[in-house]
Amino acid sequence: MTGGYGGVDILQGVDLVVEPGEIVVIIGPNGAGKSTAMKAIFGLVHLREGHVTFDGAEITNLQPNKIVERGVGFVPQSDNVFPSLTVAENLDMGAFTRRDDFEPARQKVYELFPILRERSRQLAGQLSGGQRQMVAMGRALMLEPKLLLLDEPTAGLAPAVIDDMFASIREVNRELGVSILMVEQNAKQALRMAHRGYVLAAGRNRYDDTGENLLANREVAEMFLGG
Amino acid sequence: MAELLQLVVFGLVLGSILTLGAIGLSLTYGILKFAHFAHGDFMTLGAYFALSLVAMAHLPILLSIPIAALATILVALVADRLIYRRLRRTRPVILLIASVGVALILRSAVQIIWGPNVQVYSPGIQLPYVIPFGDGAIRIKPDHLIIMGGALILVSALHVFLQYTRVGKAMRAMSDNPDLARVTGIDTEKIVLWTWGIGIFLAAVGGIFAGMDAQLHPVVGWRLLLPVFAAAILGGIGRPYGAIAGGMTIGLAQELSTLVIDPSYKPAVSFAIMVLVLIFRPRGIFAGRST
Repeated sequence: MTGGYGGVDILQGVDLVVEPGEIVVIIGPNGAGKSTAMKAIFGLVHLREGHVTFDGAEITNLQPNKIVERGVGFVPQSDNVFPSLTVAENLDMGAFTRRDDFEPARQKVYELFPILRERSRQLAGQLSGGQRQMVAMGRALMLEPKLLLLDEPTAGLAPAVIDDMFASIREVNRELGVSILMVEQNAKQALRMAHRGYVLAAGRNRYDDTGENLLANREVAEMFLGG
Repeated sequence: MAELLQLVVFGLVLGSILTLGAIGLSLTYGILKFAHFAHGDFMTLGAYFALSLVAMAHLPILLSIPIAALATILVALVADRLIYRRLRRTRPVILLIASVGVALILRSAVQIIWGPNVQVYSPGIQLPYVIPFGDGAIRIKPDHLIIMGGALILVSALHVFLQYTRVGKAMRAMSDNPDLARVTGIDTEKIVLWTWGIGIFLAAVGGIFAGMDAQLHPVVGWRLLLPVFAAAILGGIGRPYGAIAGGMTIGLAQELSTLVIDPSYKPAVSFAIMVLVLIFRPRGIFAGRST
């Protein structure tokens, strides 16, 4: 993928692959193009060169609502809930494109995050940071996607909540069979649960390997994992 | 006491008209993110469409109201396709200026088609109901009851729509965060069309009500635009529920002000309220929650 905003190529030939059922983590320094890569997959950044294919079909530069319909969910890093809507209404919005009965999907989200069932009539804007993140992920799961893109799902959360969030992500992957591609600052923790990881720097792939190997790689550890 | 209650009645009538205008202004601001200066002239257009139906086709006014309002929506959708949609990815101020242009086009068109003179829906004087009260009496015209009742029905319908329908919830979601609405898979262009439809329908009905309350002239809506803006801002622009409270407050404030100041200064009341709100509570006085 090559592209960016307003003529500046933030991505200069980034190459990412997620196999069905995998958890793949993207790490790298600030400005490496991690979030941009994620947005490019989802049609939010125009790609000048390269392709995005999903499930065998080309989705390069499609409108986000078309990509959602094909089974890709995206959870942005911040402002990822509708604050003046209730938790239940936020989930309804996730299912906006569905014309069938999405009640089973809602029940699955409530099983994954039981607190959301309790808070279903509360405004999302009144929830804590961790609960908002659950609403955001729940919203994306309402379409029962095959692939979920998570942009820094633990940013700004308390350490105890971060562990819960990682546990939930693993559960989404294992129990619901959703492939996951995520950008994460808590690189070590994320790589530990990832099947594979990519290290991006300056808009290009720097390393790609299994999560374990990246953790064991001395260069990666020194440069990107804080020693 | 009777005098005070009489002014309250007038205030509720004016408040109903302003509310219908302010809701649409607030919805367009919330979802399309620009101040729609042609809103008042769409009120005028709706009023004149109804005039043609009443005066030329001899339809009863109650039947003319929905037909005229639907015709006004069509004009708004044409304006959206031809003008606003092309500018949607530019800055809000460009859309604002474009809407001033649309306002001038509409007003000129109304003058060309219907003429510049004052007109009325039905000639003659409507006899009011007289309700004795204390030492005086309160007079309510049948049209006043239609205006207040009509506004109540439309506002209730809007509430049900926003709270319980899929599109209504999506409108609130888009007003909260348009970018998130897009990545959620909401068809935002469709929501834009619904926003125009609902906002302009209410505006057109408000314009017709203004014509029923007094008379029609080509600047009836333009003159209402200031108090309508004041109502929307008072309620916290972008919040349709705030617009209801704002519209009623401004309507009552304007009429009750005549107890203490000369009635010719009435329009200044909404202007003063708007300035005060913008200085002290720029997010509107009913916007208790910040996000």
